[in-house]
Amino acid sequence: MPVSGPSISLHKLSRHYGTVRAVDGVSLDIAAGSLVALVGLSGSGKSTLLKMINRLVEPDNGKILIGDEPVESADPHVLRRRIGYVFQNIGLFPHMTVARNVAIGLELAGEKAGRDARVAELLDLVELPQDLAARMPDQLSGGQQQRVGVARALATRPGLMLMDEPFGALDPVTRDNLTDQYKALHDRLGLTTIIVTHDMAEALYLADRILVMEDGQIKADATPAELLSGNVGDEAEALVAIPRAQAAHLIALSKQA
Amino acid sequence: MNDAWQQALARVPELLAAHVQLSFSALLLAMVICLPLAIWAVRSPKIAGIALGVASLIQTIPGLALLALFYPLLLGVSALVGGGISAFGFLPALLALTLYALLPILRNAVTGLSGVDPAVREAADGLGMTAWQKLQLVEAPLAAPTIMAGIRTAAVWTIGAATLSTTVGQPSLGDLIFAGLQTQNWTLVLTGCLFSAALAIAVDLLLGLIERGIRERRRMLTGIGMALIAAGLLTATLPLLIARDNIVVIGAKGFSEQFILARLIGSRLEKAGYSVRYRDGLGSAVVYQALSAGDVDVYVDYSGTIWTNQMQRTDSQPKTAMLDTIGQWAYAHHGVKMLGALGFENTYAFAVRPEDARAKSLRTLDDLARVSSDFNFGTDVEFLERPEWRMVQAAYPMRFKDARSFNPTFMYPALASGEVDVISAFSSDGRIAANGFVILEDNKGAVPSYEAIMLLAPDRGSDDKFVAALNPLIGAITVENMRKANYMVDREDDKKTPRQTALWLNDKLRE
Repeated sequence: MPVSGPSISLHKLSRHYGTVRAVDGVSLDIAAGSLVALVGLSGSGKSTLLKMINRLVEPDNGKILIGDEPVESADPHVLRRRIGYVFQNIGLFPHMTVARNVAIGLELAGEKAGRDARVAELLDLVELPQDLAARMPDQLSGGQQQRVGVARALATRPGLMLMDEPFGALDPVTRDNLTDQYKALHDRLGLTTIIVTHDMAEALYLADRILVMEDGQIKADATPAELLSGNVGDEAEALVAIPRAQAAHLIALSKQA
Repeated sequence: MNDAWQQALARVPELLAAHVQLSFSALLLAMVICLPLAIWAVRSPKIAGIALGVASLIQTIPGLALLALFYPLLLGVSALVGGGISAFGFLPALLALTLYALLPILRNAVTGLSGVDPAVREAADGLGMTAWQKLQLVEAPLAAPTIMAGIRTAAVWTIGAATLSTTVGQPSLGDLIFAGLQTQNWTLVLTGCLFSAALAIAVDLLLGLIERGIRERRRMLTGIGMALIAAGLLTATLPLLIARDNIVVIGAKGFSEQFILARLIGSRLEKAGYSVRYRDGLGSAVVYQALSAGDVDVYVDYSGTIWTNQMQRTDSQPKTAMLDTIGQWAYAHHGVKMLGALGFENTYAFAVRPEDARAKSLRTLDDLARVSSDFNFGTDVEFLERPEWRMVQAAYPMRFKDARSFNPTFMYPALASGEVDVISAFSSDGRIAANGFVILEDNKGAVPSYEAIMLLAPDRGSDDKFVAALNPLIGAITVENMRKANYMVDREDDKKTPRQTALWLNDKLRE
């Protein structure tokens, strides 16, 4: 399925909460088909920035284009149906089966034909066994639930995926697994993905471009390789230092052994 | 015993039907009001505060008071829109019970809707649901068990409070309870309580079944619960669907004499081929309005009551002139026909022990005034505040040693035991004769006349068969017989039902 994700363009985007500038005049262009990680500490404004793209948060100032189209050219709910959204707390509908959860976007769009086949296809895509379709969400493990979350977001074949700490609550093994598999999916489906994370190691591994946010502004914008080579600013260096130190420690340990 | 139970049970189907109809309507109306309000309230904390505050405030008003408040309120509204709104019966009861049912439904609906997991809401928004889709697909289904629990609480409250609707003339199982309390007929009270409790328990169980079905997502269970509720509703209200035209409604206020006279009127109308129903326990203010509106077809009132309460007269006229005036006034103003006076009075009468009457040769109120400084005076709780007492004092120079108020039930024993020496009795009360008390004559005519008079609703006044069936009662009941009849119902031992007593009284009619 050759879907080509759109490019994204942010222009002087701001959002204040009281006196706090959550997002402070951010301008940014994201190329079609890229996988961008938005990294920063809690409260750096990364989630707010992400949610302005699908209008879960409205900006005070500035403009957002998806492709060539301003986001406010359609009603929010129409816009959101074209954008996949995955977040840490997943938010599966507890009163619906896995199959209905996955197909809810099609239900909203009024697509009746081939729903079951699409659900089966999506479960395959996120590597879930077919017999989970009839289960209720609370009968699934955390990792399985987030796979359902991803399948649900992909059901309507969006070109753009917005992911807010999607794997943050999962155990490390599951998380690693899912990160791997998502990267493969992203490439296979030709998506544009923006993923918010506070884990620099994850960002370095997953993304082809990393944006470091602090105090509502983008302090660094680089590829993983550039980030590791240094010289992209103190904020980025502080975040990169942690996985670098961990890696060095592990190497030292393995040499001792 | 068996007979009493049979008579009580015979009244159940019709009262149960009315009870179910009223409770269900009130519950339905409360749901119609609360559910949209709750949706609004969840989106606006200000509305939530106001709505829940008002609902809680209503809950603090006693049920009886809430019902009573609607009577003047509806009368006012009716006057404002030029009439046509009945302040009697179904409407005030419905409105009061609906208000009563608001709080549990509203509170649970707000709790249920606002308790939906924020992550689930975020997912719904992120997927592109409209506000309506979010409500329909996510919020409502998730809040449903909590909302259902609120409806269940409201249903039980409403069924309980519906027993109070008797007081505004809406038939309910409360009719049995109120009539039973008044005549100390415990069979009636028990029957009313048992059936309203059983109804509440049954509805609670069935709604509980539906609630469980929703909570556990078991459609079968929900379906069975709903089917049983629907079947119960249909069965219970069946008596209402059966042709009810030309059923005569006989009104009665809340004391034994009224119950007996209503049964006497009813038995004669039944003999003439009418089907009859009784509305017992109506307030004095309510029953005349109900009659003029045609909600009640016939009842017995007292001339002094109409004179002071309805006509707002403060002057006095001789007995016969007063009756004529009342008859003309009622017909001219409301089309109400006064068929005539039954032949006895139920007024305030001063009663003394027979030995005192003999020893001090007491015969009139003048005689009483002469010895009043040696006498202790016992009254009911309101007499000392009433205009009648001022009229008596103006006519006779009385000054009692002491005055005490009693509940009527204890006033008679107090006189018998010598605790007081004279009481303001009700002249037709059976306990006067039973104790052998002597009534002192109001020789100056100070106390207004309270002749028992039969009043007919506007469209019954021209019903010849109806009038012919009741005409033999006019002037046919002596105060002695009325006292005996009242005593048969009021006494502790060998109690008779109002109906049995009415049949006895029918044999004693003066030709």
